[in-house]
Amino acid sequence: MNYWPLLGIALVVIGFALRFNPLLVVVGAAVATGLLASLDVVAVVEALGKAFNDNRYISVTWIILPVIGLLERYGLQQRARTLIEGMRGATMGRLLVIYLGFRQITAALGMKDIGGHPQAVRPLVAPMAEAAAEKSHGALPDDEREQVLAMAAATDNVGLFFGEDIFFAIASILLIQGVFESAGYPLTPLQLSVWAIPTAICAFIIHGWRITALDRRLGRRSGQLSGSARP
Amino acid sequence: MITYEWLYWLAGAFFAGWAVLSLRDGRIGNAAFWGVLAASFFLGSHLSDFANGVLVLALVAIAGVGAVKRSAPDTTTPEERAAFSARLGNRLFAPALIVPVTAVAGTLLYNYTPLSDTGLFAPRRETLILFGIGVLLALAAAMVWLRPPLLAPAEEGRRLIDSIGWAAILPQMLAALGAVFALAGVGDIIGGLAGGVIPQGSVFLTVVVFALGMALFTIIMGNAFAAFPVMAAAIGIPLLVETYGGNPAVIGAVGMLAGFCGTLLTPMAANFNIVPAALLELKDQNAVIRQQVGTAIPLLVCNIVIIYVGAFLLWN
Repeated sequence: MNYWPLLGIALVVIGFALRFNPLLVVVGAAVATGLLASLDVVAVVEALGKAFNDNRYISVTWIILPVIGLLERYGLQQRARTLIEGMRGATMGRLLVIYLGFRQITAALGMKDIGGHPQAVRPLVAPMAEAAAEKSHGALPDDEREQVLAMAAATDNVGLFFGEDIFFAIASILLIQGVFESAGYPLTPLQLSVWAIPTAICAFIIHGWRITALDRRLGRRSGQLSGSARP
Repeated sequence: MITYEWLYWLAGAFFAGWAVLSLRDGRIGNAAFWGVLAASFFLGSHLSDFANGVLVLALVAIAGVGAVKRSAPDTTTPEERAAFSARLGNRLFAPALIVPVTAVAGTLLYNYTPLSDTGLFAPRRETLILFGIGVLLALAAAMVWLRPPLLAPAEEGRRLIDSIGWAAILPQMLAALGAVFALAGVGDIIGGLAGGVIPQGSVFLTVVVFALGMALFTIIMGNAFAAFPVMAAAIGIPLLVETYGGNPAVIGAVGMLAGFCGTLLTPMAANFNIVPAALLELKDQNAVIRQQVGTAIPLLVCNIVIIYVGAFLLWN
């Protein structure tokens, strides 16, 4: 058997790991794989052209951008911030668990750019989490302060990753559809996206539990220092 | 009958609009990139495979020389946005909700009523076509309600698409790579090799190898999208679907999510893991990853169980 086409997989891995332009890496790997499977250059270009053309529906998802952009023009991000600010006064654990759910639900409804590190975590979620932790547990030593801020950023990631795939018109779902369709297994986007729901629930439970565990751990430490559970 | 071809014309019109606006803005590279993509959407079904391949190479060349850049079309100031947000309130979310509601409610209505007998939509294409209709409805609603300048949705869309840049076609390109892998017989080769390594008939172990492989390749490459065609061609399709008869929808969907667990663990996914540590001025650049380990690993175990139960125990 000719094992050389496997080199294409190695090229993808190495190319991404070395941070070359991903489009160049992907096309380079496709051409190499085709040539090593003893297709000629014209046949490889044809295969690539046909495959790219057959999968155009994946990039159709971008037509939602004018809607989102227009709403941003009229303050969508600011509105999301106001909602988050409404949580002022909650404990750190409660704040981040609710933010986790908010991020998962909005992403599942196709609004994955509500939230995000520069837009929401840095100006809002992280400072609010820190302030809430200090209110419950007193001034935080440096390492615990870092843990709280990092947990705020982690919560944004977990909420986005395990919410967005419930929205069917998103690149990852359509990429799955495209790969399976090329292999002869036609699927629909909704068939795929409903299977993102069990993992989304697990993510909420696991990460939510870890957020509250961090809050409790800070509480135990401050309890030891001050001799009482609550300052 | 409404087919994907209609969607391609719609998306082609959006890309062409962004190309024209980029040209007017003096951004030749962006204009060329969105223009070639528009040509692919308008003409792709009528061009030869070779001509489509040349369009792909042109897109990659434009992106490869770094010609696609961010843009800054005129928009509202943060102060104006805050004022609008205060005045319009939570109703701002409503137009965005039109899109998923149209698509999901429309799909259910179409499939579970006699409407499906009309053959209005091409089979299995109804959800994405309804998504396109939802976008048009949402745009119309927002235009009537907010009364922005006529070009505002196009310019705001350009602001966002240019911030994504060439990465906008990466998923489509990766799906094409998956197709080339399939054509070159990569799945058969790995299926043969893995068949020798994984104990014969152990479905559960194969699921574990698939999910761990997704996570591991994602950790190395920093991108679950890139890992997906590789692992689908190697194990997902030849072994889990073809040899063991698993449910392809579960294997695909949850396999991708196993990859996302890998994204939580890798400094290679800099936008998610390293940039926030810098934004928050943390001393340890891996501080965010450290907080994610305890979530990612149990969640990966959950994904393995979900694939095993959903794709095999409940399916067969």
